[in-house]
Amino acid sequence: MGTRNYRRKTSHSEPGPGDGGRTGSWRVERPVVDRSICIPARRGKEACFICWLFCPEIVVSRTIPPTIDLEYCKGCGICAEECPTKAITMVDEAMFADKDKEQH
Amino acid sequence: MNRDYIEIRWHGRGGQGAITAAKIVAGAAFKSGYTGVVMAPSFGTERRGAPVMTSLKISKTKIYDLSPIEAPDVVVVLDHLLLKEADVTGGLKTGGMIVLNTPAGHETYDFPGYGLATADITAISVEAGLPHGMVNTGIIGSLEKAIGLLGIDMLIEGIEEEFKTRRPERNSLAAKLAYERTVTGD
Amino acid sequence: MHIIENGNVAAAMGIRLCRAVVIAAYPITPQTPLTEKLSEYIDSGQMKAEYIPVESEHSAMAVCIAAASAGARVSTATSANGLLYMHEQVQWASGARLPIVMCVVNRAVGAPWNIWNDQQDSISQRDTGWMQLYCADHQQIIDTVIKAYWIAEKTAIPVMVCYDGYILSHTYMPFDLPDQDKVDLFLPPFSPDYALNPGAPANLNTVTLPDTRVDVHGELAHGYMEIRYLLHEDLLNSLAVIAEAEQRFSEIFGRGGDPYLESYLCDDADYVALGMGSLTYQLRVSVDALRREGIKVGVMGLRVYRPFPAEAVAAALQGKKGVIVFEKALSYGYEGALASDLKAALYDRAAAAGAMPRVRGFIAGIGGRDIRTAQLTDALREAIQNEDHAAPAWIGLCL
Repeated sequence: MGTRNYRRKTSHSEPGPGDGGRTGSWRVERPVVDRSICIPARRGKEACFICWLFCPEIVVSRTIPPTIDLEYCKGCGICAEECPTKAITMVDEAMFADKDKEQH
Repeated sequence: MNRDYIEIRWHGRGGQGAITAAKIVAGAAFKSGYTGVVMAPSFGTERRGAPVMTSLKISKTKIYDLSPIEAPDVVVVLDHLLLKEADVTGGLKTGGMIVLNTPAGHETYDFPGYGLATADITAISVEAGLPHGMVNTGIIGSLEKAIGLLGIDMLIEGIEEEFKTRRPERNSLAAKLAYERTVTGD
Repeated sequence: MHIIENGNVAAAMGIRLCRAVVIAAYPITPQTPLTEKLSEYIDSGQMKAEYIPVESEHSAMAVCIAAASAGARVSTATSANGLLYMHEQVQWASGARLPIVMCVVNRAVGAPWNIWNDQQDSISQRDTGWMQLYCADHQQIIDTVIKAYWIAEKTAIPVMVCYDGYILSHTYMPFDLPDQDKVDLFLPPFSPDYALNPGAPANLNTVTLPDTRVDVHGELAHGYMEIRYLLHEDLLNSLAVIAEAEQRFSEIFGRGGDPYLESYLCDDADYVALGMGSLTYQLRVSVDALRREGIKVGVMGLRVYRPFPAEAVAAALQGKKGVIVFEKALSYGYEGALASDLKAALYDRAAAAGAMPRVRGFIAGIGGRDIRTAQLTDALREAIQNEDHAAPAWIGLCL
């Protein structure tokens, strides 16, 4: 099957998960959110969301608490770098069970 | 002169308005039924005061040859000093006409084998109320007197249209006076 | 209504009639009076458009790309080194499938510096994925600009409208100024499939992988190669669109002709002169002279260089003894690009038909060297009478 009937003739990428493929498998380190330090999680109201704003893959949700779609998270670490309270830690994927990884 | 196809070469100085004059004649010729008119300035060397040329081809049929005029029927010289600076008669057909703006008398000149029409357009234009040195409308009157191609009324109309926001009456007066006072002969 | 104006004004009037709403251009001789005229129209309110001053041709095309991506009908114009400076964005515009119409006022490229006419500038952009249409007089300039917008928007491929610097751009000739009502009838408002829209954001022409990929909707989307193939395919198919434009145009405006080739005295001709631009009209005068000598020769002006109408060219030359190509450009180290393209078209088609015309090339008018009609006539006669397949001869070369 080719792309003969694809609706565009240009490179046209729309926002949404998975435009670059299932990038979750690229991850070496996984972002883990400490809800006791994360500002919106601790206050229970909409606040901060810097991780959501900075994530280049749009995999962080703008919710309380923010969640991360591990199906597409590449593990780039920008969220951890930008978090003003250091609530996000990048953890070696090897620390998680193989079973867990397969789920994603 | 073959009145179905006429080539006129204009010699002037950058800024003198030879292109505008040629354009007015082109417009009048087109209105008179010459469906082919091509007016081509000399390209790329226009500097104020430097000798410039413009070629005008007038034809009863569409003109396909846009190359420079090699053998004009008429040359129009807007400044008599150009006679010393440019080869104004270069390629001019035998029996061709020279139209010259000069303060000197007609008898001063001798162009064997060519017709000559002279007038002091510079003085005539000042008399008509134009600033000193504006000669491009006056010379149209001399050209018409010399070759009698389109009729002075058609040319006056073209001048007034072109100069409608810039002293149209004075410009047309210059052409009328020049038409009346141009001296022709061999 | 007929008016007498120069070629640059004819182009500017065409762009105004097409209601372009964004103009971005950088002045360069001999294109300058065209952009001055457009800015004059906009300044005086005769044209409702935004004139975006830029610091270079590269930026001019970048502005056109952005504005066209946002759904605006745009225009720019350039010449020579300006076009070369624009080159990177020129390729971008076609890859992005933006229907930009650009006037190329043909001029020689440096070095050495030269402001006069030849066609090396546009010919050097042959492989950019743009269409190239060539004009032989002012009527063709204004009409081609109008057709170009329709063709470009129908195919989502940008178009260069090429006309000879000075010889056409600065020369005054009469032409019919089309009525605005008719232009509006011919050319509907530009409505692209997608125009930049904050409500439906998209990332355009971002890194595109060699392979196909699944997009956010789960559909298999093109890789780079598919996108580029489709540009090529649509360019080939645009020959039909160009013919359709010609047909529509002649229905509305009452003038038109063969969409690809403008032929003069070719039907019974043994030999045909081929070229592009104003030179092909001058060649008519040479053809008339040679006909008086009893030589059966005609001339074809190629109006569409890209896409190359190979079938139409080969069919038109079927059975001719020879084709003499006159070019104001060349592929240095080989020959004129048109001569090469012609030979390729004939190789595939005329050989199959069992009759291959001889092809002889001439290079003329490089850097604005005057081309006298007598020189063209002599060159044509010599090429017809001399069977020798020499390398292309340069007309008027003083070495």
